Amino acid sequence: MLLEVRDLHVEFHTREGVAKAVNGVDYSVDAGETLAVLGESGSGKSVTAQAVMGILDVPPGKITQGEILFQGQDLLKLKEEDRRKVRGAKMAMIFQDALSSLNPVLSVGDQLGEMFQVHKGMSRKDSKAKAVELMDRVRIPAAKERVGQYPHQFSGGMRQRIMIAMALALEPELIIADEPTTALDVTVQAQVMDLLAELQRELHMGLILITHDLGVVADVADKIAVMYAGRIVERAPVHEIYKAPAHPYTKGLLESIPRLDQKGQELYAIKGLPPNLLNIPPGCAFNPRCPLARDRCRTEVPPLYEVTESPVPRSSACHFWKECLHG
Amino acid sequence: MGRYVIRRLLQMIPVFFGATLLIFLMVNVMGDPIAGLCGDRQCDPATAAQLEKEFGLDKPVWQQYLTYMGNVFTGDFGTAFNGQEVTELMASAFPVTIRLTIVAIFFEIVIGISLGVLTGLKRGRPVDTTVLLLTLVVISVPTFVTGLLLQLLLGVKWGWIKPAVSTDADFGELIVPGLVLASVSLAYVTRLTRTSIAENKRADYVRTAVAKGLPRRRVITRHLLRNSLIPVVTFIGTDIGALMGGAIVTERIFNIHGVGYQLYQGILRQNTQTVVGFVTVLVLVFLVANLLVDLLYAVLDPRIRYA
Amino acid sequence: MPEQPQPFDDGRAINHTGAGGGTDLAMDEGESLEKTPGGPEGTGPDRKPRSLWSDAWHDLRRNPIFIISGLIIVFLVIISIWPQLIASGNPLDCDLSKAQEGSQPGHPFGFNGQGCDVYTRTVYGARASVQVGLFATLGVTLLGSVLGGLAGFYGGAWDGFLSRITDVFFAIPVILGGLVLLSVVSNNSVWPVIGFMVLLGWPQLSRIARGSVITVKQNDYVQAARALGASNSRMMLRHITPNALAPVIVVATIALGTYISLEATLSFLGVGLKPPTVSWGIDISSAAPYVRNAPQMLLWPSGALAITVLAFIMLGDAVRDALDPKLR
Repeated sequence: MLLEVRDLHVEFHTREGVAKAVNGVDYSVDAGETLAVLGESGSGKSVTAQAVMGILDVPPGKITQGEILFQGQDLLKLKEEDRRKVRGAKMAMIFQDALSSLNPVLSVGDQLGEMFQVHKGMSRKDSKAKAVELMDRVRIPAAKERVGQYPHQFSGGMRQRIMIAMALALEPELIIADEPTTALDVTVQAQVMDLLAELQRELHMGLILITHDLGVVADVADKIAVMYAGRIVERAPVHEIYKAPAHPYTKGLLESIPRLDQKGQELYAIKGLPPNLLNIPPGCAFNPRCPLARDRCRTEVPPLYEVTESPVPRSSACHFWKECLHG
Repeated sequence: MGRYVIRRLLQMIPVFFGATLLIFLMVNVMGDPIAGLCGDRQCDPATAAQLEKEFGLDKPVWQQYLTYMGNVFTGDFGTAFNGQEVTELMASAFPVTIRLTIVAIFFEIVIGISLGVLTGLKRGRPVDTTVLLLTLVVISVPTFVTGLLLQLLLGVKWGWIKPAVSTDADFGELIVPGLVLASVSLAYVTRLTRTSIAENKRADYVRTAVAKGLPRRRVITRHLLRNSLIPVVTFIGTDIGALMGGAIVTERIFNIHGVGYQLYQGILRQNTQTVVGFVTVLVLVFLVANLLVDLLYAVLDPRIRYA
Repeated sequence: MPEQPQPFDDGRAINHTGAGGGTDLAMDEGESLEKTPGGPEGTGPDRKPRSLWSDAWHDLRRNPIFIISGLIIVFLVIISIWPQLIASGNPLDCDLSKAQEGSQPGHPFGFNGQGCDVYTRTVYGARASVQVGLFATLGVTLLGSVLGGLAGFYGGAWDGFLSRITDVFFAIPVILGGLVLLSVVSNNSVWPVIGFMVLLGWPQLSRIARGSVITVKQNDYVQAARALGASNSRMMLRHITPNALAPVIVVATIALGTYISLEATLSFLGVGLKPPTVSWGIDISSAAPYVRNAPQMLLWPSGALAITVLAFIMLGDAVRDALDPKLR
């Protein structure tokens, strides 16, 4: 296994109390595989990714428990200097908003070349040639001329390509893409997503795709982990989950996608508000919003049940997953 | 870039004439320009009339202003109270004040920025709180009080420095006066740098730099500082003009014969030519400093350069 | 110089010089948990929505800096109205034979160069400072915010003209302007000094008011009000003024401290207030030659002046922290 996250807990110490952002997440991704992590804002999907990358803001954030095994080695046990050498070189991250994530006062060539200077000890000149190569690779036209330009001189799609180029620079084993297409125009979204998927295949990298958009997931992901209130509530291969979700929350998410064949019908919306992380409801965190909720859900935290009826391994953190699967 | 410079230059022109006209009016209309010309005595009416004619004071004010500005552009700033050319006074006074300002700016940059970076990175820690409180105290104590106190302690009580600066006014003698002159701005630079660093520290591109696996030092110097210092550089640049104008207080305390001293003498003796001349040059310095800041801003921030 | 209109004091100060360790934390959390709607900054059903002002007041009441500086200011205002409450002597009642003498019973701060009681003069000196500070700030704020506010609201030619005018004023160093202007004024009560400060100070406030109005004007609710056909005067009074006021108030509070400091500086240079007016600036200035033998003459009025200025600046700082939405 390339990456295995085991029982990860992350807290944020705030003025108003302790926000439990991640509460025991397990997931894994293998080389060449794409894991989609799905969930609303505040579900802990980005915080988990930041913990894996080692870019969590500490304080206020704090990893209280768990292991992050990367190629068999627990990253949380590494010294900061060794951890740094992993970042960028062996695992890289693509952020949502390329405009704010790129340094506005450095040319894109500088920012791309920096990877080679720092990790490979290359000269400025050689690293610049590498930067042009990378820009060609993500199909930015006239790369040679544009290498000296600044982020604000590129279009949104081109900027995101530069982010992708930066992540790919040292051909890492793992890429974490945090909502890579959310900030882009719909027409550009598909291009960027295709590029990412293509490069992933080519380099046989593991990809963790963080998104709240089920539409993006269907085409590119191999498996899905759905998160809610800092926990994984359902884990399954991608086609299985679309066929029949085994958790009421996943079901709610799927039903709230507008569909052409249901034109005229009222759009489904999950009722209620996402949970307050300072004060997560006891029992199943989803119970106040769940149509299936009953007394047991309010007291007993559901473990990740094996969905035994499924031909492929999948699991659900719902006491009544059977009901959900068939209902 | 070229058009940007030209636009800024064009904008300077009305400001220059507006500010000098304002000063000219204050001195010539509200004051009595010939009062200082007859020494300590009151001028007798015949002499007064003659002097008025000689200096063109019988003409309308706008004409006087134009004549004066015309002379200024040919390098003629008129005569000071003791018969010296105003330009001669300037030649002796400006180097001293420029040295004093350089010392002050040096302190602003070295101490102000270092403290600002330190507190910005350690926001909320005891170091931060202490420095922040100190800056508030420095801002609150007027410069002349700081100056008098330092003079009392360092010069009179402990004898570390000479309480008054000699006429040479070399850099060594100007260290303490320069620190006094810089004190308030220094506190502002510290606070500005601190806020800028603390704000940018959480910026997305800094997170990207960390995610790229850059060493902490490189993240701070190349990514964080470069962006955070843009407003600080702007402040320090605009402060040059303010420091030279504000030097009058420091120069008076330490008896430095610079611009402030000459201006003060000019005002005491009601010498119009000296006052208007020096203020005109100071306004010019302020405007040029601002222009340089704008250009520097464009150099530091490509978003402006290519706008 | 504190008297100089600091470039970033014009509006941007609101965002840039935020102080106070306590409130900073809130921002840190808000950002790292940006995707946490139910999180600490959230609008949970249990938390009543409050207006900016009541929220700020809620914060201020718990801020020790606000309470301390507020108490100092209340005390200053009281003794500037009724100095005899704590000082029985007459500040102009001087006895040359006691000149430069140190502290003695009934005269805790000793005597100055003319043999006046330093304690009495320090107490009476508050009046000039408070008067100048309050009235100059009042004048500057009214004039500046009306001119700047209108420029921000209407834009166009008036705005362009006003911007050039403020540029002109900013190009003249304040102390120099004060020296030149006040040296030709013969009357030396507080009013010419206040007049001068209003004359040279209003552009600072007008810039802030202008910027603030422009920011508020672009808000959706103002655009909505306009779309619904609200009249200009109604928009200005009901929608823009209350929302654009915060930065103006913060800068005015801090400016109050700097005006007091400026008055003392001008008096020190001999062009501000003049005897027989009792002022800290005059006393500090006249103490300078005696510093070697009678440092008390310098220290007490300087201390009083510094504490007064500090109180206003801290108050302004605390109000800014409470009003700055970026920090909450």
